[in-house]
Amino acid sequence: MIFLIAQRELRSLLTTPSTWFVLAVLQCIFSLFFLGRLDELLEIQPQLAQLANPPGVTFIVAAPLFNTAALLLMMLAPMFTMRLIAEERRNQTLVLLLSSPLSNQEIVLGKFAGLLIFLLLMTASIPLMACSLALGTSLDSGLLIANYLGLILLTASYIALGLYISALTKHPVIAAIGAFSILAGLWLADIGTNVPDSPWHQLSPLYHFQNFNSGLLDSRDVVFFVLFISAFLLLTIKRLNRIYG
Amino acid sequence: MYILGYIDPNSQLPSLLTLPNAYQTILFARNLTRSFGGAVIIPDLSLELKRGEVLGLLGHNGAGKTTTLQMLTGCLTPDSGQIEICGLDLNKTPALAKTHLGYLPETPPLYRELPVETYLSFTAKLRRMDATRISAALKTTLQRCGLESVRKKTISTLSKGYQQRVGIAQAIIHSPDVIILDEPTVGLDPVQIRDIRDLIRELGNTSSVILSTHLLSEVESVCDRVEIMQKGRLIYSDSSLRMQHYDQRLGYVISLRHPPELCELENLAGITSVEKISPTQFRLYHAPGDNPGDMLLDLATQRGWQLEQLTPLHHSLEDVFSKITGDECVSSETQK
Repeated sequence: MIFLIAQRELRSLLTTPSTWFVLAVLQCIFSLFFLGRLDELLEIQPQLAQLANPPGVTFIVAAPLFNTAALLLMMLAPMFTMRLIAEERRNQTLVLLLSSPLSNQEIVLGKFAGLLIFLLLMTASIPLMACSLALGTSLDSGLLIANYLGLILLTASYIALGLYISALTKHPVIAAIGAFSILAGLWLADIGTNVPDSPWHQLSPLYHFQNFNSGLLDSRDVVFFVLFISAFLLLTIKRLNRIYG
Repeated sequence: MYILGYIDPNSQLPSLLTLPNAYQTILFARNLTRSFGGAVIIPDLSLELKRGEVLGLLGHNGAGKTTTLQMLTGCLTPDSGQIEICGLDLNKTPALAKTHLGYLPETPPLYRELPVETYLSFTAKLRRMDATRISAALKTTLQRCGLESVRKKTISTLSKGYQQRVGIAQAIIHSPDVIILDEPTVGLDPVQIRDIRDLIRELGNTSSVILSTHLLSEVESVCDRVEIMQKGRLIYSDSSLRMQHYDQRLGYVISLRHPPELCELENLAGITSVEKISPTQFRLYHAPGDNPGDMLLDLATQRGWQLEQLTPLHHSLEDVFSKITGDECVSSETQK
């Protein structure tokens, strides 16, 4: 059932022209950024050669690409999450799910999984572009895997938050603005605080992504993401019980 | 719309209207209550639906019909009370109970970006239908709802009538035992209304149907039984034909080219009172069980009245409905 709902979400996304437009623009941005970093690498290569322990290609090209994707997703994810429940409520299609033999968990997890699969497909070009570097040089696979894992967790946390906000309102636009404001607020609170141990850092998903970005796999970051995602999914399930219940 | 022919409400009604006791209760709701933000919408409601029955839930806008149907379909949790569908408690085993249910809300729940066929097979899977049975069910449903010609079309490109049919199709594709339709003919043209009513009547042969409506003609043409709802309460329940004779005065409308004096008509045996509609047209009232139809025909020929028209008096369901809801208002006022 979870898969069925996820499949329906994906199908609906892929039949909307705006999805393809966003997809195209995003691929364009990713590849331009990738080429830009590659250019820069070629420029600074003579200087790198003089260093005793120079940073690798993965660090110079791939890691910043993941970082950019993380920032772009913060702005893009709410555009997709806004539809999940708010639009179903507005179009009164949620009734179909509620009157079907489904639990609210299945509805929420299905929607979450559907959008996660879509956003992972959308960002699949990033690890692929990074891997294409292996044609000319050897890659730091550990750093690459850490980055990709971080990006997956980050995307999932954006979706979980967006899904919850989408369950709070009937208006998709409000859901989008709400989710974006919270994500941007957490990010700004993080980068705006100079105190190293400030709790504001700990609250921001992007802060926890930074460790993954630099190749540091810290269990605390993984736990943060798992808690963040499950908390918002549970809140959404609770909210769905209350929407009509 | 009037029922042709005359049925004396005190005589035995045709047997098809009296439901045999052997009919099994397939859905029942007991003491449902529901309030929204302090306002009590459903104070106390109990309802029963028998197998193979088409029940019309009738009421003004805002009477609580939709709220009731939402509770019966598990879309809205009642504050208290119990609902059982096919013996399964909707609160304790919601998933199991809902497999027996097909629901068409006021606005059909359509994913407009999907083609009709894709959407319907999605809804069939959603109701946990066996994958092997889906294609056959899809074919039958498309045919029953007259959707074969548009099966490949995207729902958003269809007309309102077709969209409504897709809405009904999703409610019946899994052949549920209970079909709940919330105002299924709203906003349709007369031909579409007729088609959908035919379909509902047909559905009544295989499943039990609850139909909410504020159109009395709909009740008249498709329902076996009527429940009238007002302010969240069921105030009247009977077969739809009996409802037509609610508190009705019996009589005839008679047109005569050469009418006799009014007093002559008044003095006829069995006639209780006479009203003059026009110089040649009269309304004659008689006592129940005392049908003067034949006598009037004979007298008209014998006395040379030149009979033009002799029609039994009919009350439209509209009159009856206003009377029932009006009576209820008066009685609740007096109780206060």
